[in-house]
Amino acid sequence: MMILESLRRQPAHGYALVQHIQQRSNNLLQVEEGSLYPALQRLLKSKLVKAEWAVSTSTNRRVRIYEITKAGIHHLEHELSSFDRMLEGIQMVLGPARRTANP
Amino acid sequence: MSWFDRVFRRGQLEGELSEELRVHIEERTEQLMRLENLSREEARQAALRAFGNVTLLQQKSREVWQWFWLESILADLKFIFRRLRKAPGFSLTVLLTLAIGIGANAAVFTVVNSVLFKPLPYPDSDRIVSLSLNAPGAAGLANFQKGLPLSASMYFAFSENNRTFQSLGIWSMNKANLTGLAQPEQVNVALITDGVLETFGVPPLAGRELSVADHAPNGPKNVMLSYGYWQRRFGGDRSVVGRTIIIDSRARTIVGIMPRGFRVVDHDFDVMAPFAFERNKQPLAGFGFQGIGRLKPGVTIQQANADIARTIPIWMDSFSNGPGSDSHWYVKWRITPDLHLLKQEIVGNVGNVLWVVMGTIGIVLLIACVNVANLMLVRAEARQVELSVRAALGAGRGRIAREMIFESVVLGLIGGVFGTAIAALGLRFLVSIGPANLPRLQEISLDRGSILFTLALSVASSLFFGSIPAWKYSRSNATVSRGTTRTSGATRERNRSRNILVVAQVAMALVLLVCAVLMIRTFQQLRMVEPGFTDPADLQTVRIAIPESFLSDSRMVVRLENNVVDKLAAIPGVTSVGFAQTGPMEGDGHGWNLIYVEGKTYAGDPPIRFYNYISPGYLHALGARLIAGRDFTWQGAYNLRPELIVSENLAREEWGSAGAAIGKRLRETPRETPGEPWYEVVGVVQDVHYDGVGEAAPAVVYWPALIHSPWMGTYTPRSSVFTLRSNRAGTQAFLNEVQQAVWSANADLPVASPRTMQEIYSKSLARTSFTLVLLGIAASMALALGIIGIYGVISYAVSRRTREIGIRLALGAQKSELRWMFVRSALALTGIGIVIGLGAAAGVARLMGALLFGVSPFDPVSFAAVPLILAAAAALASFLPAHRAADINPVDALKGE
Repeated sequence: MMILESLRRQPAHGYALVQHIQQRSNNLLQVEEGSLYPALQRLLKSKLVKAEWAVSTSTNRRVRIYEITKAGIHHLEHELSSFDRMLEGIQMVLGPARRTANP
Repeated sequence: MSWFDRVFRRGQLEGELSEELRVHIEERTEQLMRLENLSREEARQAALRAFGNVTLLQQKSREVWQWFWLESILADLKFIFRRLRKAPGFSLTVLLTLAIGIGANAAVFTVVNSVLFKPLPYPDSDRIVSLSLNAPGAAGLANFQKGLPLSASMYFAFSENNRTFQSLGIWSMNKANLTGLAQPEQVNVALITDGVLETFGVPPLAGRELSVADHAPNGPKNVMLSYGYWQRRFGGDRSVVGRTIIIDSRARTIVGIMPRGFRVVDHDFDVMAPFAFERNKQPLAGFGFQGIGRLKPGVTIQQANADIARTIPIWMDSFSNGPGSDSHWYVKWRITPDLHLLKQEIVGNVGNVLWVVMGTIGIVLLIACVNVANLMLVRAEARQVELSVRAALGAGRGRIAREMIFESVVLGLIGGVFGTAIAALGLRFLVSIGPANLPRLQEISLDRGSILFTLALSVASSLFFGSIPAWKYSRSNATVSRGTTRTSGATRERNRSRNILVVAQVAMALVLLVCAVLMIRTFQQLRMVEPGFTDPADLQTVRIAIPESFLSDSRMVVRLENNVVDKLAAIPGVTSVGFAQTGPMEGDGHGWNLIYVEGKTYAGDPPIRFYNYISPGYLHALGARLIAGRDFTWQGAYNLRPELIVSENLAREEWGSAGAAIGKRLRETPRETPGEPWYEVVGVVQDVHYDGVGEAAPAVVYWPALIHSPWMGTYTPRSSVFTLRSNRAGTQAFLNEVQQAVWSANADLPVASPRTMQEIYSKSLARTSFTLVLLGIAASMALALGIIGIYGVISYAVSRRTREIGIRLALGAQKSELRWMFVRSALALTGIGIVIGLGAAAGVARLMGALLFGVSPFDPVSFAAVPLILAAAAALASFLPAHRAADINPVDALKGE
């Protein structure tokens, strides 16, 4: 979801994605950088993203640029809305519980 | 990316992945160098730390794309093919063994399936029954006739009065002369009554079926053609429907054509014509027709039997053999219906032979599998080090076992493919040689069922021979690697399974060999039977029919036949000629009746005797010896002189000896009948095996070619088999001369079924020789496989024990002792196998009893000779490697240490 969201903002290659996610989360989410790649492959396989080889403008290296597909955007929106609802639900459960626990 | 790309373009995928990861790490390294002022080396370390396990992640990324099962199976396959290519000798041996084993089984299964299991090619064929009758009271009848055929009056009585049949009818096969087309020719005619076609239920291909009107006496003279004859004679021209052909000098109109593959029960025919019986003129007698019927749905055979039993008295009430005769005379015959399914009737006892063959071929496959298992064991043993290394590196037990079984299945399936090809070839060969007595031969084909069977068989046998090494070696992981190749002696554990396999092989080979030897002995016994004719290869037989419509006067018929005999005798190289109504082993029924001996009184009826009508010179041409008295003469025949010749067994039975029979008198009725003379025995002839050498020779009464009886008037058979003795018999040139000679007597006479007596004789031995050949092949395969098995085990033992032998030799063991040591172990295994095999063989031989002739199933010769052969073979097979063992140089043997 995070990857898809990042890619919706702008297509990027793997390293840039990691950078982006780390920055956006203020380094709160520290994951193994490599674990990005199996995830990317899964997204590729389910055709939520597509990839193309291009030469990076900043480093002049040949990199694989990932781009979100229409199906990817659709999937992301669906996921986000269900995630929001879940979050809402969690808050509604936890909210009153806290109040009773700490009067 | 399609799955195809995924599987086969994996290289590219992996390249892209690793490049991507490399770029990532480099970028991170550079960033770390820039931001934190680290050296390249330190930065790279840090970058790698942050990244995680590169290899693992790469594999995980890859696995996203993998269809795991398929991939690992493909990997296994690749590996297996590589290994098989590297051991061409092994692969070839295994594949050949399997292909032959599976192919033979597929072929025999196809035959069994087509003959025994497939329904007959008629709709709802499980309701079609053959109307057979038993008549235990008709003394002697069972000697040469299977059951009692139906008479025309029975057909009317049954079809009018039954309550259980949807339709029923009678039929018989006949020969007729067809003229009016190019050359006169003799055709096979299926004569049928109304109800026969309805019973078969097969619609015609073109035109219409014979209608009720066609079956009426004096009805239109219509016929139908078979598909084969229509193709052969008219090139499949549909406009022949409506055309007129001349059959036995009568014009007949073709009204329809039956479809391809349609046969009348088990007979091919050319033309199908109605009997057109006149109901009111039918006597009780005239038992010469086959009956078939279609049961009403839901009716059982028992109910139908009861129904027919009820109509038999009605039959005797409604018909008569003529004024003054007792129509209930047949009560004494105790006629009872014995209906059975038509398929049962057609298949007959061939099931016996087929099951024996199927069983033996199955055993051969088992032996082949055992041999392959043995080879696989050897290979697995050679791979022990590799396997234990793999096990140590973490390959699961299941994974190794899977690979081994997988290898077997691959071998099995390839073997199965080749086997199918072998089966297809074998079946084509089988159909082309067409063994007699194998019914439904035309229906045999390699169909889906047989292909499925072959597939299942391939997989089953590969699982069998694959699971033995797989079970053994995947299990022994823990114990393996310590020994490596330095094992000094063969451990018991390791050899036990191979020894068991050899014992099993020997036992199975023994069973097959015993069966084969029993068949050989049967064949010998049959060959030793004097058939009643000599030098069958020099005897040419042709059948000539002179129908009523062609020449009505019997005396003229005999004159014409006499003329033909004279013309035939004038052909260069012909030493003698004659003709008879029935030739030996022709497979058709024969005429028969009661015969009364002068001066004897009978409690019931006298036994029924086989009748044959012969010309002067026939017995001489055949080579049947006259034991006493003389042959008939033409003069006697034309003068209707009341003379008879009897077979030797008849003479012995009635008067004690051949000589005593001369001058004795016989006749067909018990009381004096006006116009019926006593017939005097003028000759006694050697017994002739008319029903095949495997059957007892019937007691025969030979009548002259022309006789006069009060019932039939002057009578001669209308169809005779002419027999010529010449050393040119069987050649086409000779046959042409025969044809010319016959035509020079009368240009409208066709010559039919030219055969040499040798062909007829061989055909009568066909069942035995067919079984013999198949068993022989199976047994020799089993013997060869058994020898290879023993050889393999012993030579493997020798190679494993090289070091031990070296030590023994160094310590002063004698070479002969060493040799004996190995031969002895082989003989011990063989001995156990023989003991087990003898027990099994006794059981199998009992099942074979019906196929044997003149040999007991427990024939001591067979049961003594075969173990000796096997023991000798085993000794020989083990001697070669044992010899090699004894020649080992102790220095060489121990050098490896």
